[in-house]
Formats: sequence, structure tokens, C-alpha cells
Amino acid sequence: MADIATAAQPTDFFASAKSARVGVRSLWSKLLSGICVGLALLTLVPLFSIVFLVLKNGLPLLSWRVFTELPPAAGMTGGGFGNAVVGTVLMVGIALVLATPFGVLSAIYINEYEPFSALSNAVRFVAKLLTGIPSIICGVFAYAVIVLTTGGFSAWAGGFALAILILPTILLTAEQALLGVSKAYREASYGLGATNFQTIWRVVLPDAMPAIMTGIMLAVARAAGETAPLIFTALFSQFWIQSLSEPTASLSVLIFNFSTLPFEHQVKMAWTASLVLVILVTIANITAQVVFRRR
Amino acid sequence: MIKAMDSQPPPQTASSHGTSAPGDSPQPRADFIKVSDFNFYYGKKQALYKVNMDIPQRQVTAFIGPSGCGKSTLLRNFNRMNELIDGVHHEGDIFLNGRSIYDKQMEVIALRRSIGMVFQKSNPFPKSIYENIVYSLRIAGVQSRSVLDETVERSLRGAALWDEAKDRLQDSALGLSGGQMQRLCIARAIANRPEILLMDEPCSALDPIATAKVEDLIHELKAQFTIVIVTHNMQQATRCSDRTAFFYLGKLIEYDETQKIFTNPAERQTEDYITGRFG
Repeated sequence: MADIATAAQPTDFFASAKSARVGVRSLWSKLLSGICVGLALLTLVPLFSIVFLVLKNGLPLLSWRVFTELPPAAGMTGGGFGNAVVGTVLMVGIALVLATPFGVLSAIYINEYEPFSALSNAVRFVAKLLTGIPSIICGVFAYAVIVLTTGGFSAWAGGFALAILILPTILLTAEQALLGVSKAYREASYGLGATNFQTIWRVVLPDAMPAIMTGIMLAVARAAGETAPLIFTALFSQFWIQSLSEPTASLSVLIFNFSTLPFEHQVKMAWTASLVLVILVTIANITAQVVFRRR
Repeated sequence: MIKAMDSQPPPQTASSHGTSAPGDSPQPRADFIKVSDFNFYYGKKQALYKVNMDIPQRQVTAFIGPSGCGKSTLLRNFNRMNELIDGVHHEGDIFLNGRSIYDKQMEVIALRRSIGMVFQKSNPFPKSIYENIVYSLRIAGVQSRSVLDETVERSLRGAALWDEAKDRLQDSALGLSGGQMQRLCIARAIANRPEILLMDEPCSALDPIATAKVEDLIHELKAQFTIVIVTHNMQQATRCSDRTAFFYLGKLIEYDETQKIFTNPAERQTEDYITGRFG
């Protein structure tokens, strides 16, 4: 008898689980999960369509030729955009060399040395403000500051404009990266008698490095794709680059120029240049992640 | 096993060491750490009220009391770790072996190098076991491979971790178990041969077996170090300390031989706390 009484309880429980309220609740939960999954899938659609379109239109002309030859003149076929690849790599490189030390060291100052000082707050505020500034303004600014004063379009000016553009991104992501380093590591280090510098150099930076690199890679991706700042500063060139003080070709400006031309070959080449740009950014990204992976 | 080890390494380390080894000073000081009329403030909030106490050399002193009573605050003042927090200030003084830790001549870096600290949550660096231990030597500029190797072995033996870790010194410290990590932190804290070992609830995140190992370790280490331990565990205080200080609301209520505190406390508040009537 007693056995039957206890055995009956689970049945009762499951009976109540089937009540109307519980049914509604579980339906609601399923619906919400479904919406989340659906929207997540939807966000993949634009991404994959871009990759698909770029591959489909860019692959036909992709060959080593595009890296070794100069752009074809209007109406001509053949050629490549080797000078634009070199130009983009150079100017993004200049931007990184200029912006990374400023960005990372400023982040170290505002996070590690005097997080609450007026200067730190000012830097944080200005950096946030700068992230919202349209890239064309950076171009106009660099035009006024570098192009007009040095007397011409140049790779320097292009790199400078890109540097201004990516500086706030690098600074703010580096700050977040430093904030993410556990306070316990800092305490351990100070507790062992380390100086501020030793703690930052030996403990904080190594731990924050992968996240800082992610920020820098975001900046590279952004800089490599920017067109507006370069039109005002580096302009374009049909030739191989001879010095950093002359007008310089870039992939983004080449894409902009060629895609608006009424010649089928040039339009196709713009697609191929897009594909090369995507590949370059991806390679840089993967390299950084492999090299600076958290151990 | 631990007892067997006890008989060998400590005398060795004591004789091979220069200034702070126990063999050098004939008589342990009764006021190795001297706290004198010490007030401490976080911003406007006062955390310690006129604390006076003498902590004897090469003994274990336990700080007990309910959360927020100021025991950790006082502990963290001994190596001036509280100064990492914004807006703190103090009144009164703390003397280490007769010398004020706030002396203008006293460098806070040097002070912290002479005091090892073990935290509540074990915090090994995300580096190898080896690099964790030699950290304090590396920042002091020691480069000799043999000195570093010798330090690693001595410290790991001192922290009863050598047998478990000797074959994986180059592995990440984060792969150790919770108890091993805490013993690694102890090894790291004693690597630079400090004179004092501060432990801020070192066992609160450990299981009973790991706790027993750390307590055994404390017994061994007190031959060489002056140990101050903050604990919430009454049994732990009775098991491993020589003297116990009871704090309540920022005041030092009672400070005496551990046995006296737990068997015959002079103050009503102490008795209420250790018998579990509050806190």
C-alpha cells in the first residue's frame, strides 16, 4: 500500500506539468529561442552574400598578374593593380606605426597610472568623440595639415589620415583589454615588490596582448578599406611607388575609380581588387590571432 | 612525508642565507611588527581605530573577526598594499623590526620585497610554474640560471609542492589544482626569502585536504618566517596560530595567546564571537 502511495507522486507531478499554464510557458520559451536563432541566422545572410558576391565576381580575374602589373588605362584590358596593393600595405603600415604607440601608451596611462585624473578623463572623452567622426573629416584634416603644407599628395599624408582615423579605436580597445586583466595579477605583482613599470611590462601587457591585437586588427581592417581619407591625401597613381612623398595608389581608391568607369574589364578588376582586399585583411587577422594567442 | 622533509631542507636554507635567516638573530623579537596608535581611512570612512599591537618574530599570529572588522585592512597595511587604492590615508605608525614602514628612507618596493603575501584567491600569473616562482628574483634583476633553479627547488620544497611539480616546471601554473595553485603562491611568496609572510584567508577557497596541507605548511614555515594569517575559520586559528587577535568594527578587542583567547577570553565580545553567538 505504502509503495503505491509513494509511486503515485511522480505521476501527479507530471500531470501538473501538463497543466495549461506550464504549456503556455514552455511554448513562449520555445518561441523566444526560435526568434533568437532565426535572427542570428539572418545576420549571417548579408555577410555571406557579400563574400559570395565578391568571390563570384572577383575570382575570374584573380591571378598573380594582378599583383605584378600596373592598372590598365581606360578602355584597355589586361594589367593588374600591384601598385595599389603596395600602396595600401604601406599606408596602413604608416598608420599603424603612428597610431599604435600613441594609442597603446595612452591606454596604459589612463588605465594603469592615473585612471581618475582630469587628463585621463579628457583623453577618454576625446577618444570616444573621435570614434564618431566621419572618415572624410580625417581626410580633409590631413589635407589641410599635411598636403597643403608639404605641397602635394603623398603616402605620408594618407598614412597620417588613416592614423587619426584608427587612433581612437586602438586606444579604446587597448583600454578595455587592460581593464580585462585580473586585479589579482596586479596585486600579486605589487605584493612581490614589483614597480609600476615591471607590473605593466611583465604581467599586465602580456595578458592583455591578445585583446590589444584584436583591437589593432579591427583598426587595420577599417583603415585598409577606407576611401574618403585617401582621396584627399594620397590620391592615386598609375605607377609603382618611388617614394613616400608622391601620390600613391591604394586598393580602396582603385575600387572606387574602376567601379564607376563604363568599361566592363575595369569593373571586373574592381571586384578582383575587392577580393584581394578582403583576403589581405583576413590574412593579417589570422596571423595576429595565431601569433598572439593566449597561452 | 611532510615531517620527513621537515628535518632536511630548513636547516640547509637557514645556513645558506645571509641577513634574515633565523640562525643569525639570537633572540626572536617580541615586537617584530609593532603597530602604534594606528588609524586607517578609506576616503572618509574609518576602517581602523587606534590599533596597538606587537607581533612576535617567527610565530604565527592569527587575525579573526567578522567580515568588515578591519583585519584584512591591517594586514594589507603591513606591506602598504592599501596604497594601491585611491583616497586612503592613515594616522599613527607601523614599525618593522624597529623601523617605521612609512619612513621617508623606506622604499615601498623594498618593503614589499621583504614581505611575502598570499591572497584569499590563489593568483598565479598565467606563466609557467618556474616563471611564477622566480618572478620576484627577475624583477630584482637576478639572471644567474643556477640561482633561479636553486630558488625554484627550495621554494617548491618549502611549499611542499616539489614532488608534485618537479616534472612540469615549464607547464602553465593555471593547470594546477586549486590547492596546488595556492601552495604555488606560497612558494612564490617565499622565493625571495622575505622575513614576514602575510596570508589573507589563504584557505577559504580550498577543500579540507588542501587546507590541511597548507596548515601543515604554516607549521613548518614559522621556523623561518613571521607569519600573520587572517582567517574566518576558528578551528584554523586554534590549529595553526600561537597568538590570536580579535577585531570588531575596526577595533582590536583582544589580543593574546591563542589558547587563552579560545579557552578563557577576557572580553565578552570575543567570547560571543568564538562561540558563534554573532558574526
